[in-house]
Amino acid sequence: MRDDGLDSGTEAGAPRERFRAGVRAGLPFALAGGLLSASFGVVASQAGLSDLAAIVMSVVVFAGSAQFAAVAIIGAGGSLAAALVAAALMNSRFLAMGIALAPSLPGGVLRRATQGQAVVDASWAMALRRDGSFDRYFLFGATAPQYLTWALGTVIGVLGRGVIGNTDRFGLDAVFPAFFLALLMAEARHPRSRRVAIAGAAIALALTPFTPAGVPILAASVAALLGLRSAPPA
Amino acid sequence: MSTAWGLVAGCAVITFAIKAAGPVALGGRPLPSWFSSIVALMAPALLAALVVTHTLANGNRLEVGAPTVGVLVSALVMRRTGSIAWCVISAAATTALLRAL
Repeated sequence: MRDDGLDSGTEAGAPRERFRAGVRAGLPFALAGGLLSASFGVVASQAGLSDLAAIVMSVVVFAGSAQFAAVAIIGAGGSLAAALVAAALMNSRFLAMGIALAPSLPGGVLRRATQGQAVVDASWAMALRRDGSFDRYFLFGATAPQYLTWALGTVIGVLGRGVIGNTDRFGLDAVFPAFFLALLMAEARHPRSRRVAIAGAAIALALTPFTPAGVPILAASVAALLGLRSAPPA
Repeated sequence: MSTAWGLVAGCAVITFAIKAAGPVALGGRPLPSWFSSIVALMAPALLAALVVTHTLANGNRLEVGAPTVGVLVSALVMRRTGSIAWCVISAAATTALLRAL
């Protein structure tokens, strides 16, 4: 994602500067994530989770799509096992993102496992450099404010659920796809990236009617294999 | 342990394990060149999949709704203004407006 003006801090500089650049890039996502997390607090309460359980879930899980999917299944009377399988499938894209990130993380096994927890969609995409390596300090910086607002948002949602009501009327569900599309439009200026994006979208849409939620997104990462056919862009 | 707390603990363990798996199995080694050329293209593939599943999928059904229009409008705004803030605001505002009609 470099040379697109979104993340001018990923190139060089001391770890602290790159972390700060990450924080700045992560702030808009943190704001949107906080609002989404407030709606998670409302939804979790409606699904029968106690206030404390909903808040602890956001603090220790920190994976929006998995939390929404798991809580929706419990709320609809589904089993714990079904909810956990849905959460795992929604998170399966992080497996692909973690594999991509792995070579950029130094240190022992425990340290790498801990650093890998910083992966969330927007931070991962913004920290990825054109050569396939990652700026890990930028990644940590971009995720830090998103984690804080994700935890705080659920507290606000749980406490203010009577006032907030149905969050769909604010159009918040369109915020994340709009963010992802903006990142994608910056990325897809290169013809090869455009081809991969179209292939990824086609794979995801083709699988949606036939597979559990989450699988189409993981499967779309196969489109990146188109990268084997030509040399990396200059 | 109640179902709710089982859900919280289970989701925490699963998410940690999934995010840790790649870095634990493959971390700390240099990139072979074929690997980096694939990884560099994973962002457009995954971002495109996130966009279409958030805008066109409702569970297993493909459908066009208020968020679809909101995100389309935001793409036009992004192209004209180049501003992520306006892009996102226009997506939420359009979606909210359509739902209010």
